[in-house]
Parts: sequence; C-alpha cells; structure tokens
Amino acid sequence: MIELFSFGDAGWGDELARGLATTLILAVVCFATGTLIGLMLMLLRRRGRFSRMLVELYVTVLRGVPELLVIYLFFFGTGIFVRNVAASFGYTDYINLSGFFLAALALTCITAAYSAEVFRGAARSIPTGQAEAARAFGFTPVKTFRLIELPQLLVVALPGLGNIWLILLKDTALVSLTSVAELMRQSSVAAGATFRPFTFYAVAALIYFIISMLSERAVLLAERRVAIVEKS
Amino acid sequence: MEWHLFLDYIPKLLLGVPITLGLLAGALVLGVTLGAGLCYMRTTKVPVLGWIATGYISLFRGTPLLVQLFAIYFGLGQFEIIRESFAWPLLREAWFCAFLTLGLNSAAFTSEIIRGGLLGLEKGQLEAAKAFGFSNWNNLRFIILPQLLRISIPSYSNEIILVLKGTSLASTISLLEITGLAKKLASKNFTPFEAFISAGIVYLVIVFVLTFLMRQLERRLEH
Repeated sequence: MIELFSFGDAGWGDELARGLATTLILAVVCFATGTLIGLMLMLLRRRGRFSRMLVELYVTVLRGVPELLVIYLFFFGTGIFVRNVAASFGYTDYINLSGFFLAALALTCITAAYSAEVFRGAARSIPTGQAEAARAFGFTPVKTFRLIELPQLLVVALPGLGNIWLILLKDTALVSLTSVAELMRQSSVAAGATFRPFTFYAVAALIYFIISMLSERAVLLAERRVAIVEKS
Repeated sequence: MEWHLFLDYIPKLLLGVPITLGLLAGALVLGVTLGAGLCYMRTTKVPVLGWIATGYISLFRGTPLLVQLFAIYFGLGQFEIIRESFAWPLLREAWFCAFLTLGLNSAAFTSEIIRGGLLGLEKGQLEAAKAFGFSNWNNLRFIILPQLLRISIPSYSNEIILVLKGTSLASTISLLEITGLAKKLASKNFTPFEAFISAGIVYLVIVFVLTFLMRQLERRLEH
C-alpha cells in the first residue's frame, strides 16, 4: 500500500506531488486574474446602462452554465477560433495552444463572474456619502476608489472571496477532463494503471480536503485580523 | 460560426433534458431527506452522531464533485464485498452513481441551509407552542416548517442551480444528458463552438425557468 505512493519509478508519489503543484498554480493564477477582472467588471457596471447590462449578461451566463461546459468550450473551441482568426490574417501554420493556458482562461472567466457579484454586494455596503465627501475634498475618482473604496471593499468582500477560492479549487479538478496533468488527472492515470481506483481517488479527495480546510482556516484568521484593524 | 447549426443542435440536445432533470429531481429528493437527517444528527445530544454529521458535511463540501463521482463509480468496484453485495447491480450503473453522488453531495449543502434556517427562527416561538400544548410533530408541522421554508427558499434556489450544473458531470461517466450529447455532437461534426453554445442556451433556459418557479413559490409563501 505504502509503496504505491513512494517517490520514483515504482510509486505514484512524485506524480501526485507534481499534479498537486499544477493544481495549486492553476488555482492561484486563476484566482488572481479572475478577481482582478471581477473588480474591473464591478467598476464597469457603473459606466452607464449599456455597460451594466453587458456585465449583467456576462455574469448571468457564466453563473448559469455548468463549469464543465465552459471548460469544454474553451478547450475544444478556442483552438479553432484562434486558427480561423490567424488564417484571416494569412497565417496558416498550425497553432497549438497549451491545455493549461486554455484551462486557466476558462477558470478565470468563471471566477471573474462570481467575484464581480461578490464585489457588487460589498460595494453596496459602503455609504455613498464617503465618495461625495471625497469629491468635495477634491479627490479624483481614481484616488477616491484607491484610497477610500478599495480598502473597505476588500474587507467586506473577504468572506465571499474565500468562498470563491474554495469553489475555484474544486473546479480545477474539472480541468483533468481536458488532460491537463493536475492532481485529479494524475490520480485518474494512477487509478487506471494500478487497478486501485478507490485508493487513488480517496487520496486525491483527502488532499483537496486538507487544502480546503487550511484555506478555510486562513480566511478565518484573515477575517479576524482585518476585524481588529477595523476596530482600532 | 455556422448559425443554422444552432437550430439543428438545440432540438437534438433537448433529448438530454429528461435525463438532466431526472438526475436533478432525484438528487434533490435524496439531498433534502439526507440533509434533514444530518441536521437532526447535529442537534441531538449524542456527540458521536454530531461528529459523524459534521465530518460528512465538511468532507463532501471540501472535495470536488468529480472526485466524489469517480470514487463512487470507478472506485467502489475495487472492493470485493461491494462487488458481491446486493447493491452491485445498481452501483455499477452510471445513472445510479450519478444520482447517488449528486444526492450525497447536495445533502451536505442542504443540511447547512436547513441549519441556517433553523438559526433564524425565534426560540420564543417554540416555547410558546410548547406552552400551548403543541406536540413535537405539530410544532414541526405548523411552526417550524412554514417559516423554515420561507427563510430557506433563496439559498435553496441557489442549491438547485448548483445541482443542475453538477448534473453535467454525469457526461464524464458516459451518460448522454445535455453536456454528454453536446460533446458527442461537437466531436462528431467537429463543431465545438456551435455544440457547446447550444448546450449553454439550453441550460440557461432551464435556469431561468427554475429561478422563475422558485420566485413564484417564494411569493406564494409570503402571504
């Protein structure tokens, strides 16, 4: 049993560890880019009715469609799309986009939609009087946002962002279906090669579970820390 | 993009809707039943039951649905006891494993929704009901359930949508529901864009209908 998970040629320990690293990199990258785009979407909502409708459409679609479908669309569709665009510019060589890149793109789009909603909810908790006061003091809109809104926004959005991180972490497992060699994919390969599917899926589940628990703890600590700052 | 393909694909994908909705309904029924049981386990005075329920809930909420599905569908056959048990004819069926996984998963989330709803109830009401001589059953039926339903409907609507989206994973264990059919169409004709966007449209329509129905129910219960 133990030798199944040893490192080196005999066991699957190193494969799983590499898979875990890919999972974590994927999750961290998509979280960073996704929440940043989500923040921008929230700001875009304020720029008139048309952009608000556009953002709302984006958020509704991305939240209503299964994540797996979005990942399939990017993974199987983008290659054709990019090649068609390139061909219209006269570039006909075969373009190969990495699976990791497409997976990251899909998860980023999903995370952006979810975090736009979190930021929207958080922004509503900040009294409009603050922005008005800032304007009266001669703050530019950018300065108002950076110095007054954003710090409060991040505090209020923290629990919601924590949830998004947990959802994203679990969604990265879907990427295994497009053969990106992350934790779930490596577990599937090991499961098939050793005829011990339950063992490997249980271990994968345990690893995801541990990361989830640690993340939850970290979010709680962060919330508590921020709460103290707020009081003082 | 070949626009006429949408008209061609959407009717074909509709054939998968009964499987998707069947999985959804089955999983929700199992989820509510088991979720209520888990919630009850957490409120009893027996600590072991509470630990089991809490462990179950955090395990199912803290791991990907896909891992759960694969562990059950591909994994359980690893054990001879299960292969020789009475349940094996069911457990080797893809539809049953999809239903079971979605239901077990939804139970964890549903029990948290029920618990949240119960926390929203006022303690005094139960005491008043007891003072009026309400039995436990009547208490549940007339005092707790009506309010619980009303409080929990918004978050439960979310859960329904999450399970609906979860049913798409059934395509990975060979079930031809909406996503499964879309994948087949995409690879058969090499038209991933049209196939997956058509499937997205079908899902969105289902989401809108479900959201509308839940909002109607919410409004009904308010009066």
